[in-house]
Amino acid sequence: MSLLRVSELAAGYGDFQALFDLDLAVDEGETLAVIGANGAGKTTLLRTVAGLVRAWSGEIRFDGADLAGVGAHRRVRDGIAMVPEGRQLFPSLNVRENLQVGAYARRPGAWTVPRVLEVFPLLEPLLDRPADVLSGGEQQATAIGRALMANPRLLLLDEVSLGLAPVVVKQVYSALPSISDAGTTVLVVEQDISQALAVADRVMCLLEGRVSLEGTPDQLDRSEITAAYFGLEAVG
Amino acid sequence: MEWINAVIQGLLLGGLFALFATGLSLAFGVMRFVNLAHGDLAILGAFLAVSTTATLDVHPFVSLFVVVPIMTALGYTLQRFVFNRTVGEDPLPSILVTFGLGVVLQNLLLERYSADSRGLDAGALETSSLTINDDIAVGWFPVVILVTALVVLIGMHLFLRRTRLGRAFRATSDNPATARLMGIDDRNIYAVVMAIAFATVAVAGVFLGIRQTFGPSDGPAQLIFGFEAVVIGGLGSLWGTLLGGLILGVAQTVGNQIDADYDLLSGPLYGHLIFLAVLAFRPTGLLGSRSRS
Repeated sequence: MSLLRVSELAAGYGDFQALFDLDLAVDEGETLAVIGANGAGKTTLLRTVAGLVRAWSGEIRFDGADLAGVGAHRRVRDGIAMVPEGRQLFPSLNVRENLQVGAYARRPGAWTVPRVLEVFPLLEPLLDRPADVLSGGEQQATAIGRALMANPRLLLLDEVSLGLAPVVVKQVYSALPSISDAGTTVLVVEQDISQALAVADRVMCLLEGRVSLEGTPDQLDRSEITAAYFGLEAVG
Repeated sequence: MEWINAVIQGLLLGGLFALFATGLSLAFGVMRFVNLAHGDLAILGAFLAVSTTATLDVHPFVSLFVVVPIMTALGYTLQRFVFNRTVGEDPLPSILVTFGLGVVLQNLLLERYSADSRGLDAGALETSSLTINDDIAVGWFPVVILVTALVVLIGMHLFLRRTRLGRAFRATSDNPATARLMGIDDRNIYAVVMAIAFATVAVAGVFLGIRQTFGPSDGPAQLIFGFEAVVIGGLGSLWGTLLGGLILGVAQTVGNQIDADYDLLSGPLYGHLIFLAVLAFRPTGLLGSRSRS
């Protein structure tokens, strides 16, 4: 059974509809990458699954249970943690406290501050620094560590590479195997197609709020993806 | 020597302002909530103590064991079911709702207790003092108030710095949506904040009622002192609120000292002048350097 199953989901902000009739399923332990251009609805999808955006219609099931009416803070207790776009660290808290606040829901599991430091050793000397003086990569590592502290079954990663230097992106993404090896299911949203293809078991492309392509990285060829990404008709 | 005395008395008076303003500062700091009924809530606390001391025949300090739990529960309930609907980017709804609440409270108190001035009798404590030398004597009761204010503020500081719930308060203050992603129920945090604010303003109200007489319509005048303490110290900073309260207290008593010699302005006006000076030259307040996004 899928850990996360989204059926016929529609969602948006105000009068603007960002997602149309979207279906998606992620199996336990799988890493699914959702790619797409700006405004394709990727972030809205993650925010709707996390509970920050209300679904207009359709259904989101997590481990079989319908999430309708379940607030974002309760979804964390159920095992859904999210790394939001732009990191969104708490500036009044230092790095250690940012990690600790990630464990607020007190879900039992293997992730602790020392364990996070094993995966992101660069954070070790920064623990007592305020979160807002860190570099982009350090902030992203803290944000991922903070989400892991919730011991999630499903980890939502929103635009991890955004605004980071390629070498830093690589460094941050190198932590992903140790996360999914622990059995965590990962749903990652990414504009960087090659990064997405490198880490994902399965890739899904969104175009204007609808699924335009789906498959495993080795099934899909680059031109197919480019067409789905930009909405071009596949050439003959 | 009389000037030193004025400063010491001012610091002691400032303890009451700081204690009173703690709740305002906390609610603004965590949820940008401006509570215009704060002064009326202090007066409500004082009147609840009037009823408690009369019914149970106890000392006003003992009445705190009844008044504080009632006010705490009231704060939690009001936030959860009324104020939470007004929390958001725009502070105007909270201002309107609490303004209305203040009017309602004043009229309920008038209805229940009449317009007569009341006082709370703390017995010998009110007049006993510690003589330091021929010119300076400090009353024990103002010392109790200042110590209480310090204990409350240090306690709040440790709570915010050291505890899991305190971290959740700060995280919610920074960014409520992201706090939800940590499993924090921001609506519940707000209710706990307001419960703490009501508890501290209840203590301040009972102390105020021991210190001076009060009537149902005295809340707004107290509110001004509270806001001045918060603004002088810096919005949302608890240490700033303590500092603001002390400065305001000293300005008033030293002002009274000047007044005694020159007969210019009454004491509180000197406090208002300090407040205006801070607004003009350091609008973020003395300790409110950090701008929040």
